[in-house]
This record gives sequence, C-alpha cells and structure tokens, in this order.
Amino acid sequence: MITARNWREIPQRYRLEAGKCKKCSEVLYPPRVVCPRCGGRTFESFRLSGEGEVLTYSIVHVAPRGFEDDVPFVVAIVGMKEGVQMTGQIVDCDHGKLAIGMKVRTEFRRIQEDGEAGMIFYGHKFVPAAA
Amino acid sequence: MRDVAVVGLGMIKWGELWGKSLRTMAVEAGLAALDDAGTDRVDSLVVGCMSSGLFVGQEHLASLVADGLAKGPIPASRVESACASGGLAVKTAFMEVASGMSDFVLAIGVEKMTDVDGGTATYALGTAADGEYECFHGVTFPALYGMMARAHMHRYGTTREQLSAVAVKNHGNAVHNPHAQFPQAVTIEQVSSSVMVADPIRILDCSPVTDGAAAVLVCPLSEARKLKKHLAVKIVGVGHATDTIGLYARKEFTSLPAVRLSFERALKMAKKTREEISFAEVHDCFTIAEVIISEDLGFFEKGSGGKAVLARETALGGRIPINPSGGLKAKGHPVGATGVAQICEATLQLRGGCGQRQVKGAKVGLCQNMGGSGGSSIVHILEANE
Ligand SMILES: [Zn+2]
Repeated sequence: MITARNWREIPQRYRLEAGKCKKCSEVLYPPRVVCPRCGGRTFESFRLSGEGEVLTYSIVHVAPRGFEDDVPFVVAIVGMKEGVQMTGQIVDCDHGKLAIGMKVRTEFRRIQEDGEAGMIFYGHKFVPAAA
Repeated sequence: MRDVAVVGLGMIKWGELWGKSLRTMAVEAGLAALDDAGTDRVDSLVVGCMSSGLFVGQEHLASLVADGLAKGPIPASRVESACASGGLAVKTAFMEVASGMSDFVLAIGVEKMTDVDGGTATYALGTAADGEYECFHGVTFPALYGMMARAHMHRYGTTREQLSAVAVKNHGNAVHNPHAQFPQAVTIEQVSSSVMVADPIRILDCSPVTDGAAAVLVCPLSEARKLKKHLAVKIVGVGHATDTIGLYARKEFTSLPAVRLSFERALKMAKKTREEISFAEVHDCFTIAEVIISEDLGFFEKGSGGKAVLARETALGGRIPINPSGGLKAKGHPVGATGVAQICEATLQLRGGCGQRQVKGAKVGLCQNMGGSGGSSIVHILEANE
C-alpha cells in the first residue's frame, strides 16, 4: 500500500473522525464530499465514540496478503452508537462467543505490515465491550 | 430505438488455460461468435474485462483485441464494472446498435486469472470492494458474502444444507455443459464438509478462479432475420443499477437492492411480467448469492430462497430453472467473461440448442450479472423471436 494512501486516511483510522453534515446533522463515516441524505457539501469533524453492536461477521480462514499470520481472524460489520456502520476485525474474543448483537468497542491496533519495507498500518479493531 | 438481436454466440472451453493468453482467448471467442452467426461483418467492438492490468499487466484491451481479430481498424472500447464487466459490454453493444450508430457489434468478455498466484488473484478481485474501508481490514470477497450468509441465516433460518444444495444443483447442470470448468457432480455432504474459506463460506460455496472468454454478436433485428441461420433472439429489456461500493454502508445485508432495481427496470423496458420468465442465469459467485438473488428477483419470498433450492424449484424442470449452464459456480467465473457467457447460454436455450440441460419450452430468458458485493447489477431479458 502506498504511503500517501494511508496518510490520507489517518484522521479516520487513528481517531475515528466522521463528518457531520452542517445542513441536516447526518453523521458519515467515512466522510463524504456530498451528503447522501440532503445534498449538503459542508461538514464538521465529529469523533465517533467507538461503541457499537455486531450486525454480522465472518471468520476468515484464507487470508489476503499481509494477513497470513492472523488466520483464523474475525471480520465484522458493526453498527455504531452514532448510527453509522463500519467494517473491522473483532479480536480478543473466543470465536465460540461471537454473536450478532454482541456489544463491542474499538481499540487502536496494528492492522497490517507492508511487506519487506516494514511499513506498519494502524487503525481500529473491535473488542468485546466490558460487561 | 431499433430492435436488437443476438445473432452469434461464441464460447471456448473454460478452465486453467495455461497455454492460452488473454489475447488468444478473446479472439477465439470473438471468431466463434462470427462463425456461429455466419457472417464476417464487425462494425464495432466492445471488450468487457475487470482487471487485465493486475492479472496480466496489460491494458488497452480495445486495441489489443481489435488487432487480434484482424477485421480492420474498427472502433473498439473496453468497459469495466468489476464482475459485471461482461454484462456491461453487452449493454454497451446493445446501445450502439439500438441507437443506429453501428449495425454489427461484437461484445467480448474476457479474464485471464491463473497467470498470477492466489494472493495476487485475491488482491485483484478485492479491488472490486472498498479498498480503504474493507480490504484494509483484511476483508476478502468470501468474507463479504460470508457476512451476507451469516446475516441471512440469522434472520431467516437459512441452513448449511440449503446453501450446499445450490452448489449441488449447479454442478449437476454443468455436467451437461461442454464449456464448463468443473462439470463434476458434487453431493451435499461434500459441499458441507469442504474446507472453510470465510465461515460460513466453504470452498465449494465459491465460484472458482478461471481463465475464459465469451462473445456475442448483436445487430438490428431486421438484419438478424436476413441471416436466417438461427432463430433470432431479441434483447427485449436491459436494466442497470448501482449501490454503495462497501457492504457496510447498506441498510441490510440479506438483500441486494441493485439486483431488484435492475430487474424491475429491465422488465419495464421489456413490457413483461416476472411470470413470463422461463429461466434465469444469475450471478452465483457464492451459493448465498444465488439464494439472495432469487429472492430479490421476486421468484421467492424474502427468506425462502434456500428452501426453494432444496425443494428443487430452481432445478431443471422446476418452477423457475436457475443457472441451467451450471452458473459461475461450476461453469467457472472468469470475471469479465461471465456476463457475456450468460447471454450465450440464454441465447442457446432460446434456440433450443442446449441438449440435456435444455429448459423445455424456453421462450423468455433472464441474465443477471453483478459487480462486487452488489455495487452494480445488470439484467438482460431475451426472447425467442420468430
Ligand atoms: Zn445532510
């Protein structure tokens, strides 16, 4: 992955920065150029809480490049408290305890490493929310 | 708009074709379509291909394939909509003929996928998803469809056995398809116990990695009638829709809205009802995809698509045969070629030339070709025309 390509996404990957439409208050993650709800084009930065609920998930056994050492690992779509939905891995969770509807929260983690150059990419992963 | 007909179809045997380049496959399929039509006339060419740049390091396919065809300096275009690139090539050719701009337009779909290792193929296919917000986290296509399958099972009680039944049916149909990559029958037990790829998706739930090409020649219906070699098959409806590139951005994961919309648009253009459809070739890139698509096309109630497969309602001889060709699952899925091959199958079915996989009394055929996790869908409706 090209360095600039990761650098551009740092506000979203490191700080969960969403966009909040100044016209209709819709929260968008990732941010967009135009609001799909009202057509608004101006946004303010809005930080997501990182709390959400698992909507669906899959356990990856055949990894894409860069994730070979992680199998089997869990990927999920999570519905965040603020109404947006996002993709991410679920870690630190017994696969037998995975369930649609389970509460999770984000943690800042290492996502992947870029081959021999050793560039490390960080972002969010989900962990079970504290009971 | 002028009426448009499919007058020639060209298929080659699909598989791991180590001895054939992308160029060779595309040209062979194109020439087969011209031979089938019984004409040498090509006024324009459209090539559908998803990712020749990543798979074989070759772009500029419009010229590459036109050059190989050796029909002179014809205008040529290359179109891309991920796994729906083939359907988009047919739609583009249709528009070119319908508009009156060209008379004989050749649409060729092609993908050369086995020149690279599995990791590179997975990467190339992954570019049909949201790179920054899906693939970045380790999501693969089996995982995207795995998440759809999990949601469908959770919401509607769809079972492992029902998903396996899709693979069993499609491989069973492919036994009678000489161009299929995997024309071998499989059992429910084999599918259900095959290697896990992205739980709940197993290897026999997945369409394979395939080298292949397919072509159709389209022309005005009036010209098709003059050729007289085959029963003319008219393209009566074309429908096309898009959706979010990322699965995560959808309201639900148990439905593919672009499929429903593209079908509704095609039906409206064709002035037909769902009940008039004799059979459907649909985009079963994974077994769960066929279940969801069969529901979104309205053949079955939402949530009952899995039961319908087990009840053989989508088998040959069933209420609505789905994927008589064997589908992507067994015929193979050279992504850019798939949508064109669906038109080949539908045309051959409507001519009555499918032998043991023939849908009896087929009058109207439906082809549904999808890109990514449902970010694009293209539907063609074809009708036998005396
Ligand atoms: Zn807005």
